[in-house]
Amino acid sequence: MKRFFLTLGLLALALPAQAALNVVATLPDFGSIAEHIGGDKVKVTSIARGTEDPHFVDARPSFIRLLNQADVLIEGGAELEIGWLPPLVNSARNSKILGDAPGHVILSRGLPLLEVPAGLVDRSMGDVHPLGNPHYWLDPVNARPMAARLAEAFSQLDAKNASYYADNLSKFNATLDKKLPEWTKQLEPFKGTKVVTYHKSFDYLLMRFGFELTGTLEPKPGIEPSPTHISALIPRMKAEGVKLILIEGFRPRRTPERVAKETGAKVVVLPESTGGAPQAKDYFSLFDYNVSQLAAGLRR
Amino acid sequence: MNKKFLVSCLIGLGASALVAQESELESLKKALQEQQKIIQSLLQKVETLEKQQAGVTNEQAQLKRLMETPSTNLPLVAMAPPSGRPWSPSDPIRIGKGSAYADIGMVATFAAGGSSARDIEGGMQPGGHDPNQRGFTVQGVELNLQGAVDPYFRGNANILFSIDSDGESFVEVEEAWLETMSLPGNFQIRGGQILTDFGRINTQHPHAWAFVDSPLVNARFLGPDGLRNPGARLAWLAPTPFFTELSLGVQDSHGETATSFRSSGHSHGGEEEEEGLPFGYRHPDNDRGVSDIDDLLFTPRLATSFDLTDAQTVVLGASAALGPNASGGRGDTSTQIYGVDAYWKWKPVNHHAGFPFVSWQTEAMLRRYGLGAFDWDEDGDGAASNGEVVNAATGLPANLKRETVTDWGFYSQVLYGFHKGWVAGLRGDFVTGERGAYEKLPLTLGGAPLGRDPLRAERWRISPNLTWHPTEFSKLRLQYNYDDRRGIGIDHSIWLQFEFLLGAHGAHKF
Repeated sequence: MKRFFLTLGLLALALPAQAALNVVATLPDFGSIAEHIGGDKVKVTSIARGTEDPHFVDARPSFIRLLNQADVLIEGGAELEIGWLPPLVNSARNSKILGDAPGHVILSRGLPLLEVPAGLVDRSMGDVHPLGNPHYWLDPVNARPMAARLAEAFSQLDAKNASYYADNLSKFNATLDKKLPEWTKQLEPFKGTKVVTYHKSFDYLLMRFGFELTGTLEPKPGIEPSPTHISALIPRMKAEGVKLILIEGFRPRRTPERVAKETGAKVVVLPESTGGAPQAKDYFSLFDYNVSQLAAGLRR
Repeated sequence: MNKKFLVSCLIGLGASALVAQESELESLKKALQEQQKIIQSLLQKVETLEKQQAGVTNEQAQLKRLMETPSTNLPLVAMAPPSGRPWSPSDPIRIGKGSAYADIGMVATFAAGGSSARDIEGGMQPGGHDPNQRGFTVQGVELNLQGAVDPYFRGNANILFSIDSDGESFVEVEEAWLETMSLPGNFQIRGGQILTDFGRINTQHPHAWAFVDSPLVNARFLGPDGLRNPGARLAWLAPTPFFTELSLGVQDSHGETATSFRSSGHSHGGEEEEEGLPFGYRHPDNDRGVSDIDDLLFTPRLATSFDLTDAQTVVLGASAALGPNASGGRGDTSTQIYGVDAYWKWKPVNHHAGFPFVSWQTEAMLRRYGLGAFDWDEDGDGAASNGEVVNAATGLPANLKRETVTDWGFYSQVLYGFHKGWVAGLRGDFVTGERGAYEKLPLTLGGAPLGRDPLRAERWRISPNLTWHPTEFSKLRLQYNYDDRRGIGIDHSIWLQFEFLLGAHGAHKF
């Protein structure tokens, strides 16, 4: 069967010989890494906007047409897009992005995800992701295997440009190797800072730079802050000396600001994705921006 | 992983056999511990074997090359021990969402409330899954199974369990179909028991609706349970820069879910319940089966969609349903239903969990129904007998001539999701029919004048509602209906709907 799909994929590729690979990414972060690796040999379109909640993207019919023409679909996996991607793929009629076709890239595969539930989970615990926390692109160290995965997929689909993709992968890794120590250095003074977030979206970022996540405004994943939870959280934050409340741009501000006022903590708004702020133009500048925002927020 | 499960089961069984013979608690514990050890060692063997096997396959090899992290972190499939701990006989067996061979889900929808009307089931509330009595109603307990059948097909089944107002339980096969995954030429074929692709509401299952009940125009023209029948649908995605899909459905035109076509006249909970006169004041004749292609129901549809801005999307559609009806003999009478639908949604690019949003949805339909000639002198005695419709002008059983009657109607609904989980809605319904020649005759039944056919008479309804979704898996909805039926009068109804969802749940179409 794999051979069948492979042959189909190769046949489809053989027809438009000169055309760039048509890449569709679910999130702009995956899209940005794909642009770094694919350069001018790929045409990348991202479905979700960096400003929106990636769990709740609308399955607009225009995305069906987009996926219908894709050579490559890059998805996050781990149930990140489960609420909207399946009906799009089901209607796309495109074997190149189905199942184990080489054009179907699920980036979470093989990544060590945080918070994989240790026991049985059920929905009384809120919207727990049974495969682990899917916001893994916010750990820049994960970008290395993600980029490698994309370079491999592009080379497989477009063998004649394999060396081009390999070059771009080296460049990407070199940039990452240069940036990572810079980011780490910038945040070094704040190591061990205790943080409260809205949703469990920033766990990877916090873990990477040595912050300590002490709680969330949501009582359970996906459940809106409740008065009971907040009134228990406030004394805990005071006792533990939590100085920072981290939220995404799309979250309501009232509760975070109220909690900040009562605990003396500071609210910092960070984009979760590339394009979530005007300064976060690509995957690297997303971290440039987030790191500088965090540093600036904590310095004051 | 099945191997693992089987091995554990077998050993579990062996263990329980042992246990039955031993009476001492200590030896029981010992035996169990030993079995646990065996299970562990066997599982380890199975795992190493699997890993070796995995190492051979292509993508695993690729992955290994690619990833700096070991590939043992690959997501495990269903029934995997959640923490790497081996499965033990006391663990529940569960089918994981998205990771098993079929996703299983269930939606249970109930309503409570009341209406000033007496004829709630099938009259006041014409939809088959509408609230059907004062007090509580089971609107439906729907079981959904879906998954990939093989590399070529995807399968889906929706089986509905419910209880009618008499307390009788019943089962409906709402849908059961397979669909191609990637036919060449941008085609897609769906076959089996399918909801006809007509407009928007008809293809949605009731739990996806934004109101407690079915729109009047849908219940009247497409049937209390929606238009659905065994058949097939071929859909083509056009190579246009925007989304355009052209489809043609072919289905049986007979059966109780083929209202407006060769429905037998009886339909669960529908307007065509035995009490009262049948549609067009004439009995349907529906026992002839299918002898030619024109005995089938054909449903073409065109749907197109544009993104107006990053925050606004429009979907426009035009549908038709063309087929014979049960009013005359073969090739004699037919029905044509034409529909247009529009959907517009605004959701800002910085939404929080999908809120806020505003959406507007409208469907309008026109039905032309060919009524066959019908002689009410059913016992052939040439005189007015009990139960026969009489023409008061002649005093004889009515002899109705063939004619084509035209009905039309629409609904329009606006939803405003104003806060995460909270949606306010307002819907307006209108249905009417042009007065047919038979309605102008001085017809009587049992001495009472008939006049306007109640199944075609003008009716309108206004329904405001408020919905709270505590999570995506539960829902509470309060709705008020102001109803005005020509010839019957004004009625007020209030319904509280509550719903829960278990297991896997497929994402809804836009």
